[in-house]
Amino acid sequence: MTDVAAGAAAARGGLPDRDLRSRVAVRVNDDVRQLDLDNRTTLLDALREQVGLTGTKKGCDHGQCGACTVLLDGRRVQSCLVLAVTLDGAEVVTVEDLAPAGDLHPLQSRFLERDAYQCGYCTPGQLCSATGMLAEARRGWPSAVTTDLVADRTALTDAEIRERMSGNLCRCAAYPNIVAAIRDVAAAGGAA
Amino acid sequence: MRAFRYHRPRDIAEAVAVVAAEPDATYLGGGTNLVDLMKLGVARPGLLVDVTRLPLDTIGTLPDGGLRIGATVRNSDLAADLTVRRDFPMLARALLAGASGQLRNMATVGGNLLQRTRCLYFQDVTKPCNKREPGAGCAAREGQHRDLAILGTSDACVATHPSDLAVALAALDAVVEVQEPAGPRDIPLAELLRLPGDEPDRETTMVRGGLVTAVRVPPLPYARVSTYRKARDRASFAFAAGSVAAAVGLDDGTVRDVRLAFGAVAHRPWRAYVAEDALRGQPATPESFGRAADAELAAAQPLRDNGFKVPLVRNLTVATLTDLVDSHRRAAAWVP
Amino acid sequence: MGTLTRAVGQAHARLDGPDKVRGAARYSVEYPVENVAYAWPVPSTVVKGRITRVDTRAALAEPGVLAVLSYENAPRLTPAGDPELFVLQEPAVAYRGQIVALAVAGSLEAAREAAGLVRLEYDTWPHDTVLTENHPGLYQPSHVNPSLPTDTEIGNFDAGYAAAPVRVDATYRTPAEHNNPMEPHASTVQWQGDRLVVHDANQGPGQVQAGLATLFGLPPERVRVITEHVGGGFGCKTMRCCVVLAALAARHVDRPVRLALTRQQMFGVVGYRTPTIQRIRLGADPTGRLTASCHDAISQSSMLKEFAEQTAVYGRPLYAAPHRRTTHRLARLDVPSPAWMRAPGQCPGSFAVESAMDELAVTCGVDPVELRIRNEPATDPEEGTPYSSRNLVACLREGAHRFGWADRDRTPAVRRAGRCLLGTGVAGSIYPARSLVSSASAYAGPDGAFLVQINAVDIGTGARTALWQIAADELGVPPDRVMIRVGDTGLPEASLAGGSTGTASWGWAVAKVCREIRVQIDDVHGGSVPAGGVHAQVDTTADIQAQQTFSRYAFGAQFAEVRVDVDTGEVRVDRLLGVFAAGRIVNALTARSQLIGGMTMGMSMALLEEGLWDPRSGDWANHDLATYHVAGCADIEQIEAYWLDEDDPHLNPAGVKGIGEIGIVGTAAAITNAVYHATGVRVRDLPVRLDRLLGHRA
Repeated sequence: MTDVAAGAAAARGGLPDRDLRSRVAVRVNDDVRQLDLDNRTTLLDALREQVGLTGTKKGCDHGQCGACTVLLDGRRVQSCLVLAVTLDGAEVVTVEDLAPAGDLHPLQSRFLERDAYQCGYCTPGQLCSATGMLAEARRGWPSAVTTDLVADRTALTDAEIRERMSGNLCRCAAYPNIVAAIRDVAAAGGAA
Repeated sequence: MRAFRYHRPRDIAEAVAVVAAEPDATYLGGGTNLVDLMKLGVARPGLLVDVTRLPLDTIGTLPDGGLRIGATVRNSDLAADLTVRRDFPMLARALLAGASGQLRNMATVGGNLLQRTRCLYFQDVTKPCNKREPGAGCAAREGQHRDLAILGTSDACVATHPSDLAVALAALDAVVEVQEPAGPRDIPLAELLRLPGDEPDRETTMVRGGLVTAVRVPPLPYARVSTYRKARDRASFAFAAGSVAAAVGLDDGTVRDVRLAFGAVAHRPWRAYVAEDALRGQPATPESFGRAADAELAAAQPLRDNGFKVPLVRNLTVATLTDLVDSHRRAAAWVP
Repeated sequence: MGTLTRAVGQAHARLDGPDKVRGAARYSVEYPVENVAYAWPVPSTVVKGRITRVDTRAALAEPGVLAVLSYENAPRLTPAGDPELFVLQEPAVAYRGQIVALAVAGSLEAAREAAGLVRLEYDTWPHDTVLTENHPGLYQPSHVNPSLPTDTEIGNFDAGYAAAPVRVDATYRTPAEHNNPMEPHASTVQWQGDRLVVHDANQGPGQVQAGLATLFGLPPERVRVITEHVGGGFGCKTMRCCVVLAALAARHVDRPVRLALTRQQMFGVVGYRTPTIQRIRLGADPTGRLTASCHDAISQSSMLKEFAEQTAVYGRPLYAAPHRRTTHRLARLDVPSPAWMRAPGQCPGSFAVESAMDELAVTCGVDPVELRIRNEPATDPEEGTPYSSRNLVACLREGAHRFGWADRDRTPAVRRAGRCLLGTGVAGSIYPARSLVSSASAYAGPDGAFLVQINAVDIGTGARTALWQIAADELGVPPDRVMIRVGDTGLPEASLAGGSTGTASWGWAVAKVCREIRVQIDDVHGGSVPAGGVHAQVDTTADIQAQQTFSRYAFGAQFAEVRVDVDTGEVRVDRLLGVFAAGRIVNALTARSQLIGGMTMGMSMALLEEGLWDPRSGDWANHDLATYHVAGCADIEQIEAYWLDEDDPHLNPAGVKGIGEIGIVGTAAAITNAVYHATGVRVRDLPVRLDRLLGHRA
């Protein structure tokens, strides 16, 4: 009890708790950004409205479409449900930084060749999601359609890719082309 | 979304003290449910206490062969854990059936258990809901309720708990470690989450400020052959229309022991104790499985549009247990 | 210089692709704007009523809030035809979800919170929101969309049907469906003095320009609408209230304003496909030859406006029958206004007609492909006019061959794989091929480069790339020497993106202006471009007026293979295959994408999509993407789209029929017909849903 009471006192004495705004330092695409944030600001809105990186899209703002997918500390997440205030010290990679300026990531090249998009609005989320998904597969993570849960590696069949990409909606329904583009990259050994 | 203060506690004790002391404080885990509800205006906390950096993110094996899962372990990490995949496949399957790859990377185990129940009307602040506003009335009973509960409902609420993970944990007799202002406490998962009764706004049995710190899963050797099956219209990234977590221990062709829990049928994961009791000692046949499911589902009180859940869950039970029996047979026939 | 490979017909990657995959393509609320404010709409929470009090105190007390607009203080508008655009002008509320106030703030966060703090009080009246076949308010509209006869009768249906030895009489229902493009409706509006500069997500910048000009009392030339990239539309991005609200807010707070509707708000105010109730009666001889057909379609519209979905139009030009009737009845309800959604009319109409044809095939014991072939007309059975080209039979035969239809056992509910029942189904499809008036300009530079400009809009269809290919061929130069600009009202006026008319209409203007440029270069300038370049501008009014009378349609045949889990009723589509006859295909890569996309949306319609109406609250119960399901990646297993080489000289210079919509038409019926074949259960109410099959275990 004494620990708890002391903790409460310390917490109430802490200045940040009184503020509705916060300062955080977030590494975004290799630049450390000092953000002065309304605590309510999502990572998605911080990227689009403050940092000026509008490649990350807002499709539903409730984690239901995947258009806002970015890589957070190397993992794919939906930036619309991440409060930016939680990200002090974190590292974010957006579609703008999948490849060096002027270059294309293998996934981006294959998306072009396979016509893996139409309106393009879900595309940045698809690309970031695919990047994260390929890394998950390389780590041997299973999916809902994986038959052998304890296998070290699971081959990225089309069924595996479809399941693993099902968090990214595409109303134009470029799905078969998205799957083909990802399959191409996976077959070539994935993209680092 | 109401403006809120943000606090990152140094340790568990501080976290609990702060939330216990502030009536409108709440814990922030992965945010996949809370931030959604805050945007909808359903949750309006004035202070968020971010517990994601507390040292609760490890998965450990207990001496008895059970598991201890830290509350901030991400769903994807738990699903990828080799021990989970080998010893508790129903747990891995339940996790992998939930949400999407992105959301599983964000959602924590504690947050998954404590996510709010789902109902179209709970999520819409312009419509009456007893859970959101006690006494306001339930719009779902007469409204759109195809996805809602058939078991353990009350006049006040027919919402369903949406977690897949929790269904598997309920089947596995998981115990939730909770830190409350008065100290730590163990709560069986089956008792952590409440049925709605006449207080649907209360979803857990924790006291205010209570924080889930870990979940313990006791050993269950026969759960090595176990599974989780989820039915839904969309092939993936959809809440269950109905689901079943199941494990069965056999002696020859007889059910020695069985674990069975249903999802998407109640305000909490529905451990099918009646069916389990009915099955022990019975032949492991589809007929027994069907009778056991019928016994469990005799208590169902479907609404106008969700009566299909009764045959759905019955069929899932029979099919899943039958598959498990086949798996056991194949395993027994396998000679290295 | 050697033989030039024609660009048309090639599989060119999209011109806008590199920007899109890099996240560099800017959509309408992504342009950098100084001092921008954010607007957040407030939807009504009553169905039918009148605002009696607007209490903005709590909202205005929120830090960062600049203003709250309502009918009490919003700038005045001049009506512009569509009452849905006449926003924040009157206290009357016509449906739940109608925008009744608008919060404007310096940040998105403050705007959202303020919108939730606006308190409105209303007088309310009882509402009537449920469409039924016996609704007392059903009436016969003067015409159906876009301007087609409401009812038609050829021969004597009643007598023909009474005399028919085989009859099918069935009623089909489709629910409300929501377009849900991935990008919401979004606008950035800046008043620059008395000029209005707008970045807006829409399907017709010219329509938005004209609408804003009327609403705000401006000459059109003082309104510029820029629509560089649009994140999908599927019909719901013809002009909507979003841009008007943003313009009102920008004028009121005297700052540039961004406004993107939330996904939830889109369910209320951007339109949806009306629910339909359709009775089909078919009379036939025992071999399945139709003698009589009748399609009675019922749909709904709002109290604000009449929107008469042309559901029963689908069958008018499709199958032969001497005695035929179609009718449309409409009920005006206290509901949001329905609007255009991919293949309006044809899509829900095809579900009913192509399902009924399958029922007739079953009744007669005739193969459903053969049944359709037996009912092939020589000329348009209602208009009496020749078809410019008609290749439905070829699509059916080609599809049957590719799909492996020949050995199909017609017995339902007998094929099993594990715990699943398997089945296959087919449907025909038809969609009008129209060309609308457009204009375009072209410039030939002395350096050998060409610039083609047209206020077309690429909502993801690939129009920009297709027009560029057409231009290159007409100019007779490699495509890399041609630059194309679209999506700006500063460019020559063009028709909007809808009804599969884009490439036909814009391509006509582009082809014409490029031919004109060549004529000038060759005949006036002796084969070389002078130092000052050559400029031309054309429009196609006269060309389109001079068109000969033909029935112009694209055709298709859709084949589906499904599996149905007997334990759960879950339906999965193992395979979808479509063959289309749609004139010339300009871009093999993007055309395939569009056809597959349409077929997938049809699959989504068959199995998933359903606006759930809550009669007590007079509102959608589901209004987000977690509860209104659209098909996801895991739902599409094997999907194939093919097309026939079709050289139709009666269309337009590019020879195209349009492919944006034919892919969705018929797909849902192909799938429900396959579900019947798999299970023996005839689902006449969409979507199929597992619970609709669960009670019918085989």
